[in-house]
Amino acid sequence: MSTPTTSFGREAAAAVSRSKNEPAWLVAWREEAGELASRLELPNPEKMPLARWTLDQYGTSRPGTPVSSTADLPAAIAGLLPEDTQGALIVQHNSSVIYTRLSNELKAQGVVLTSLEEAARTHEQLVRDHLMTEYKQDEHKLAAVHAALWNGGVFLYVPRNVDIEFPIQALLFADDAEATFMPHILIVADTNSRVSFVEQAASLLDGEGKELLHNSAVEIFAKAGAHVRYAAVHHMDAGVVDVAYRRAVLANDARVEWIVGDLHNGNTLTDTKSLLKGNGSTSDTKIISVGTGSQRMSLTTGAVHFGKSSESDMVTRAVMKEEATAIINGITKIEHGATKANGQQTERVLMLSPKARGDANPILLIDEDDVKAGHAASVGQVNAEQVYYLMSRGVSRKEAERLIIHGFLDPVVSEIPLAGLREQLHSILERKLG
Amino acid sequence: MSTEFEIRGLTATIEGKEILKGIDLKINGGEIHAIMGPNGTGKSTLASTLMGHPKYEVTGGEVSLNGEDVLEMEVDERARAGLFLAMQYPSEITGVTNADFLRSAINARRGEGNEISLIKFVRQMEGKMKELEMNPEFMHRYLNEGFSGGEKKRNEILQMMMLEPKLVILDEIDSGLDIDALKIVAAGVNAMRAEDRGFLIITHYQRLLNYVKPDFVHVMMQGRIVKSGGPELAERLEAEGYDWVKEELGIVDETVGQA
Repeated sequence: MSTPTTSFGREAAAAVSRSKNEPAWLVAWREEAGELASRLELPNPEKMPLARWTLDQYGTSRPGTPVSSTADLPAAIAGLLPEDTQGALIVQHNSSVIYTRLSNELKAQGVVLTSLEEAARTHEQLVRDHLMTEYKQDEHKLAAVHAALWNGGVFLYVPRNVDIEFPIQALLFADDAEATFMPHILIVADTNSRVSFVEQAASLLDGEGKELLHNSAVEIFAKAGAHVRYAAVHHMDAGVVDVAYRRAVLANDARVEWIVGDLHNGNTLTDTKSLLKGNGSTSDTKIISVGTGSQRMSLTTGAVHFGKSSESDMVTRAVMKEEATAIINGITKIEHGATKANGQQTERVLMLSPKARGDANPILLIDEDDVKAGHAASVGQVNAEQVYYLMSRGVSRKEAERLIIHGFLDPVVSEIPLAGLREQLHSILERKLG
Repeated sequence: MSTEFEIRGLTATIEGKEILKGIDLKINGGEIHAIMGPNGTGKSTLASTLMGHPKYEVTGGEVSLNGEDVLEMEVDERARAGLFLAMQYPSEITGVTNADFLRSAINARRGEGNEISLIKFVRQMEGKMKELEMNPEFMHRYLNEGFSGGEKKRNEILQMMMLEPKLVILDEIDSGLDIDALKIVAAGVNAMRAEDRGFLIITHYQRLLNYVKPDFVHVMMQGRIVKSGGPELAERLEAEGYDWVKEELGIVDETVGQA
């Protein structure tokens, strides 16, 4: 077990901030967050007590070594980058960003891709206007800690009407269990822009018993008519606790797609929510997960409808093996006035072991009459009828089950916008599913 | 080698209820047998039991295909030995495309090191789909997912054509088909007629048998074959229904295992 860092608070947060020469507003903001962190409670996800999770391992600032080319990254990390990469790339190693690549063409169009730390200085107003305005620092202790200590991070700004052809990639990795590893990804997609973003979180912790907290957050602001597709794959070592709060705010006619592989090997707390503020905005969320060993996972998807004729669809599919537990929540909320809104959600859990546990909790909260909403949830084993059908064509039982299990996750895997990453996802799945 | 398929004294239960009460039937390569009968008489149970559906328990009898004991085999072994069942209600399987599945099935037969080349496979599949007038896009659709009843039936026939089995069982392949689809499916079956391939067609109606001419027709009631004859038997059943058979045999309730 780690030593609890109970002394963390206002002073500590400010000290970290000052040591990095951050602007005064940010120092003050972090100070406040540090103060909140010392008194707020942990979040309380449905049926998943966090008390025994190692969530107080904040670490210290351990900046990575900047590299001038991806060839200088550790081989295991460089191997995570799809070979067909043509687009922009940003890499965070432990507590800092060590590599950024953005074509001159995109720079000339006004696209900004930097570490969030740098953006706080160079694009102060944009950062101040958006940073943790939807995932607020006073939501709970983990949010406050994140606000106080986030480091490295990504800031992406896509100007009005700019359409970025190739997905932008962020690779976030840690190889030092003593490091503070708390990236924050902030994306501002201006009016009528188009962008796909692909995030990977990985770790290389040598040795047993190493523990690390990845307390991360994503905020996407899709302005009027903007389309943002966000794909994430998390697959860190078992000793890492993965916390990922993801938020998207959608203006009129904006569209956001979340395509997430929560394939981490340790305890996992993720919460992926779209706030459909604009009329005609649409959100599509697809999440897959595979639980192995004694993993505990809390996976929540959310859609909050404010805008008229806004539409959301959320699908979570999880395969649970061995003694893993997943609590899967889907929360569709339709606010009063969001007429003609349509919110749909599906949670499906496939259980591969009698000791595995999977709960699907669909929740609909509707404060408007003139809407559509629906949910479907199921928890079950590999369907014997399907196995029989495949076997009746000559496929062995083992291969039939493999096809069904991989097929169960395919509706999400096939949506990953980068062929190379899709391949990689297949190999992660082969490894986790055995 | 010409196919010999033989069922002797087959009995089977579902959830403890006996549905098959002693079936005897011999099918040689090149022959088409039709089993007809009203609902609930055990026809589909026979099909599922022969394929090895886990819900049905064989309690007696023997089934052999070219001298091999079918009842000893797992479902996939039966398929690889040459048995094929076109199902009445094929499963829908998310995430597994039609093409991927069929290729796995073909390769399972051919064995490791002898896999079919992708190009050859695609060419074959495209050709057969054209024969069945299937939309080429069904190749990459998830297996049966969102297919209409008729599309599922055609997909079953497509699998039969690709897998080239020795003994084909068609379980109500004609139900839910309009006349045009029925003709296409029948043409697919006729194209597969061969000296070394036997067929067992299970159906309620004579309709399909207008297009696929059976050599032998059997009537099933109360979990047994109660009457056998040639194609003229099917025609009489179509014209007069089943009541005369019941009367002739003194059967009041033809069903089996109904609550």
